[in-house]
Amino acid sequence: MEATTKAEQFQERQIDIEGWPVKLTSYKVGDNFVCQADNVSPGACLARFSAGTAKEAESQAISKARHLLSKTKRRNIDG
Amino acid sequence: MAQYAHPEVLVDSGWLASKLNDPSVRIVEVDVDTSAYDLGHIPGAIAWAWNTQLCDTVRRDILPKAELEALLSKSGIKPETTIVLYGDSNNWFAAWAFWQLKIYGHKDVRILNGGRKKWLADSREVSDKAPSYEHTQYNAQEPDLSLRAFLPQVQEALRANSASLVDVRSPQEFTGEILAPPGLPETCQRGGHIPGARNVPWGKACNDDGTFKTFDELKALYGGEGVNASKPTIAYCRIGERSSHTWFVLKYLLGLPNVTNYDGSWTEWGNLVGAPVERGASKSATT
Repeated sequence: MEATTKAEQFQERQIDIEGWPVKLTSYKVGDNFVCQADNVSPGACLARFSAGTAKEAESQAISKARHLLSKTKRRNIDG
Repeated sequence: MAQYAHPEVLVDSGWLASKLNDPSVRIVEVDVDTSAYDLGHIPGAIAWAWNTQLCDTVRRDILPKAELEALLSKSGIKPETTIVLYGDSNNWFAAWAFWQLKIYGHKDVRILNGGRKKWLADSREVSDKAPSYEHTQYNAQEPDLSLRAFLPQVQEALRANSASLVDVRSPQEFTGEILAPPGLPETCQRGGHIPGARNVPWGKACNDDGTFKTFDELKALYGGEGVNASKPTIAYCRIGERSSHTWFVLKYLLGLPNVTNYDGSWTEWGNLVGAPVERGASKSATT
């Protein structure tokens, strides 16, 4: 990446991972593609990866988010 | 449309773009994910890590005065410097820094409306250079703890029904279905909320582009939950950062006169022996 550049191709979409809504934010900065996966509520970053292709960055972000979300336990609040 | 109570604490990206080389302005990025800065940041911005530089790393507490002074000195900040904070996740942790800077009396602190997200989405310039600035000798004021709620104050507020408690976590955390945000480590023994608290998730204060909702929208959002100027308000979440965002909204955008951030939050209350806990949805709103 050069000293200064501009983010390009900024986009967001929502998917479901392990039963949780996840927002994927992707953009290109310099030669790198960045993908960030946040839980939709509350909006905390679960994973962020930078790679040479958008597909690779997204794949890594989803993989790590899936690993983390699989550990979240839902509890019965009536019991 | 009514204006924010303190519009001077918000700047937009156009204003900030015109100030990138202004020595009286210091731009600071504070992210949830502290690696985001390295992927490109606003030119001239420095980074503060919330988990190492904006807290006491030994005991659980905000940054001690001497450490805050050292951080600001190292950042080339003087008492008269305009500090513009921004970050990811709709300025979640930028608000955490804002709260601490106000506790220690820095006069001119502002937040970039829309934060990192809007700056990137607007395709504005970013840099990979981490600048350094000539060090200063910053002397902070004594902490203004009227901005902060401690456990005994929350317990008294609950006992006397003397404050509105606003739980800004997600609905699933509030009800007790989960003990921490999805994907994050569980850090408390019990799920639920402080009895009587209203659930207004922090992110509801923001638009899709990361900017803050209008004064009228915010007034309707919080007013609908009985949060208004008629009595003090205590905001809390899990560890105090999300609630610093809501504290900012209530105090500076809506102008409520008495708002505190209970940074002990659910990781304190939910681990207390014998503390009352309510599960499930909120009871009806009180005014």
